[in-house]
Amino acid sequence: MANGTLLRVDAVEKTFHGADGPVPVLRGVSFTLDAGRTLALTGESGSGKSTLLHVIGGLDTVDGGHIRLGETDVTALNDRGRAKLRRSRVSVIFQQFNLIPSLNVASNIAFQARLAGRYDPDWTADLAARLGLTDHLRKCPEQLSGGQQQRVAIGRTLALRPELVLADEPTGNLDEETGEAVLRLMLDLVAETGAALLCVTHSHSLADGMERKLVLRRGQIA
Amino acid sequence: MIRVALLALLSHWRRHPVQLLTLVIGLATATALWSGVQAINAEARASYDRAAGTMAAGSRARLTADGPIPQETYVALRRAGWPVSPIVTGNAGGLRIVGIDPFTLPPEDQPTGLGARQIDTGFITPPGQLLVAPGTQLAAGLPPAIEAEGIPQGTAYADIGIAQTVLGMEGQISRLILTAEPSFNAPPLDEIAPQLQRSEGAGADVARLTDSFHLNLTAFGFLSFAVGLFIVRGAIGLAFEQRRSVFRTLRALGLPRLTLLGLLSLELLILALVAGAVGVALGYVIASVLIPDVAATLRGLYGASVEGTLSLRPIWWLSGLAIAVLGTAVAAAGSLWQTARLPLLAPANPRVWRRGSTLTRQLQGGAAILCLGVACAAWIGFDGLIPGFVLLGGLLMGAALLLPVVLHMVLSSLSRTARGPRSEWFWADAEHQLPGLGLALMALLLALSANIGVGTMVNSFRLTFTGWLDQRLAAELYVSAEDDAQAREMREFLGPRVEAILPIRAAEADLSGAPGQVFGVAADHTTYTDLWPVIDAGPDVWSRVAAGDAALVNEQLARREDLWTGDTIEIGDWRAPIAGVYSDYGNPQGQAMVGLDRFDRLFPDAPKHDFGLRLPLEDVPRVEAALRERFDLGPDQVTDQEAIKRISLDVFERTFTVTAALNVLTLGVAGLAILTSLLTIATMRLPQLAPVWALGVTRRRLAALDLGRAVLLAALTFGASLPVGIALAWVLLSVINVEAFGWKLPLRLFPLDWLRLFAMSLVAAAFAALLPAIRLARTPPSALLKVFAHER
Repeated sequence: MANGTLLRVDAVEKTFHGADGPVPVLRGVSFTLDAGRTLALTGESGSGKSTLLHVIGGLDTVDGGHIRLGETDVTALNDRGRAKLRRSRVSVIFQQFNLIPSLNVASNIAFQARLAGRYDPDWTADLAARLGLTDHLRKCPEQLSGGQQQRVAIGRTLALRPELVLADEPTGNLDEETGEAVLRLMLDLVAETGAALLCVTHSHSLADGMERKLVLRRGQIA
Repeated sequence: MIRVALLALLSHWRRHPVQLLTLVIGLATATALWSGVQAINAEARASYDRAAGTMAAGSRARLTADGPIPQETYVALRRAGWPVSPIVTGNAGGLRIVGIDPFTLPPEDQPTGLGARQIDTGFITPPGQLLVAPGTQLAAGLPPAIEAEGIPQGTAYADIGIAQTVLGMEGQISRLILTAEPSFNAPPLDEIAPQLQRSEGAGADVARLTDSFHLNLTAFGFLSFAVGLFIVRGAIGLAFEQRRSVFRTLRALGLPRLTLLGLLSLELLILALVAGAVGVALGYVIASVLIPDVAATLRGLYGASVEGTLSLRPIWWLSGLAIAVLGTAVAAAGSLWQTARLPLLAPANPRVWRRGSTLTRQLQGGAAILCLGVACAAWIGFDGLIPGFVLLGGLLMGAALLLPVVLHMVLSSLSRTARGPRSEWFWADAEHQLPGLGLALMALLLALSANIGVGTMVNSFRLTFTGWLDQRLAAELYVSAEDDAQAREMREFLGPRVEAILPIRAAEADLSGAPGQVFGVAADHTTYTDLWPVIDAGPDVWSRVAAGDAALVNEQLARREDLWTGDTIEIGDWRAPIAGVYSDYGNPQGQAMVGLDRFDRLFPDAPKHDFGLRLPLEDVPRVEAALRERFDLGPDQVTDQEAIKRISLDVFERTFTVTAALNVLTLGVAGLAILTSLLTIATMRLPQLAPVWALGVTRRRLAALDLGRAVLLAALTFGASLPVGIALAWVLLSVINVEAFGWKLPLRLFPLDWLRLFAMSLVAAAFAALLPAIRLARTPPSALLKVFAHER
């Protein structure tokens, strides 16, 4: 397992401009996450958790501050650079699963790893088996249950073997029993790949399963 | 409740202005093309009506027998309630004598100059009078002459009794003219006079041909309308799908199902009337632009008189609005039906992007096969123009319905060749988009097929027509003398200056009971034996014609009367064996061609003024100048081959100007269909594109892939439309043309034109996809991130 700081978030600021004027969402957020470690990010709705996840993952840009992933200054990357970052080093698990509806399960799982040129068929097959998806590989996402779809999303993320996994309420759309089963599987597999995990959640039990916990309140670390 | 519910429904359009624009543009363009064509047709028909008085005489149906008709038959028919008028014709004293009955022949059919005064003063009582052109010399023994303007040279009109005496045909009639349709209780012709056959007059031919022309225009107008309706169908379908949650909520809040359907119908009616009004205005503009060419075509090709201006008729714009409402109703019927059956607790998500199910494809394939089956049945089982258009419509509709099925198969095959994740997603996503883009692609297929089909037909026609002109207009110069004396003098003058002088003799005559033209030619000359466009011939065709033993007939006459080589045709009093059939694209009339000696025997008084000259091309200007100088000829008395060809081709080109314009407009509408489809569904694409973007594909790359996908789908659609277009061309050339114009043309292929159209369709698709692609490339990440935050 790698050691040292993988993610460094330094005084990050982000403001949205709506009909009622500017709304500051992140106000000088700073923290670090070591490689191979897990971190839960909790907070009330609207506290800026998802936005923080998005800017770390290169899905959105910051208005101030810096985000470093290893030696890479994420905030200095252009659109193409951020796309490359998402493709090869960071992977996001969304609450809505966000699978590609036109591809079947097998293609969805392999998609990101193949984009990054790191596709390992054995590892992918092993992942599918452990996620209980072997019998569903030829199906379309719409033919699966919510729990199964989230397993596909987890499989897609881990097939890449990213340095950092970002999970945004990964069990928020699942019932409690399914959510716990999916969560256990995700934590086991993340630990196995050696990736760091930053997980946004409302769930105390999920947060308690992480090595560290941060609370975000009105755009600041509490 | 109703007002609140209606406002809730209408609020959808405020939030989706592009969709509203799509619907209005689609319906307006569809209505514009339809009502434009209808305006042209209405104007032309009004012109025919105005000209009806002068057309009537030629348009009467005729009753004829294999030989003369006994006068008793005429009496029996009149007594049975058949409004017939007798005509007797024959030659006497160097004149063509036409005997008429001034009491039963309608005034508009009587020769100019025949009025009550002549009838009273001896026209009908022996010795009678002959109505002739001024300057006509009468042979001894004929009744006295009355000269009148407008009587053809060499023809004399007389009372039928007088004419029968002069011609020695007492108690005999050449033919009967049907002055009106018999009353409904009159016994059928077979009962009273089974030996008589009914045939339509030359005017009826013109009416039939102009009807064909208008039917062609109407068919293309309808095709354009159908293409436009694909846009409307797409826009309405999407609007209904997107409002499923609104429908569900309104129903849940207590709005009755029927009230909801009524409100949706009212909303559609308002939209249809607004878009229809815009469409009618646009249609007026289209018609105004096109009608001068239509008028020129009808004048040039059929001799029909149409004014080149357009007037605004209430029936026309009312029918434009009606077709807009009807089109909207047709386009919305499916969506309204689905809404009526929507369960209260149905899922609210739009289903537009649901993967096209195998069942849907099977149903579409079944409907396509049904359409193609109807087309085949119309082709095999029936004759006539209407079955021809059923064949055309079935073919196009079947092909359009089959397109999504074929594209699905092709894309599935291509996806198996994918090597990388992007290409795998590209193919899968293209297949996934088919249900949403299907209607626009079907519209494109129809437009491309029409372009290929009509283009192939016109170019095949042009090549054949040009070749035919080269054959028919083989003489380098055509000369028309003032009179026979000048003609003789010219022949002497020209003898040493040209290679050959070919007399051209022409006379109006009955051809198997129907009016037509007979030409006398030097049939043994190489101009005819080597060049004349004969399409069906027996052995020694030219030597038999030259010897006066047989005649040639033109294709129109052969097809209309089913007279081919080996049959016989009545030319005046001569039952001529048919030695062959020649192609003739110049006029609707039946024609026969005989040797010069035979012609002189049949029509001894026909003028001998016209001839063609064969000479080396380089000598043409010199000989023409010498002729003009020596004989002081008018500009229309010497015509060179090139000038006639130029005029003929000009008429030809004008004929297809309107069709070409409609073709371009239809292709434009199809391009618009793609653009509006892509714009309308652009926002609904985000849930599909956002995950791919999140996984590391840039927006620019996604936009490029979307652009490429639109171009690819257009290319595949072009591939599908090529065989459909060729089949369409074959139907037009071998079925529609034969029924409409009386001639059949060989199908020729024009790959370079297809290549040009292929490039045009790709460019059109790229242009249509460009704006949505640019919008995608500039979509802010926050918009894409919303996909991950909300259920869409």
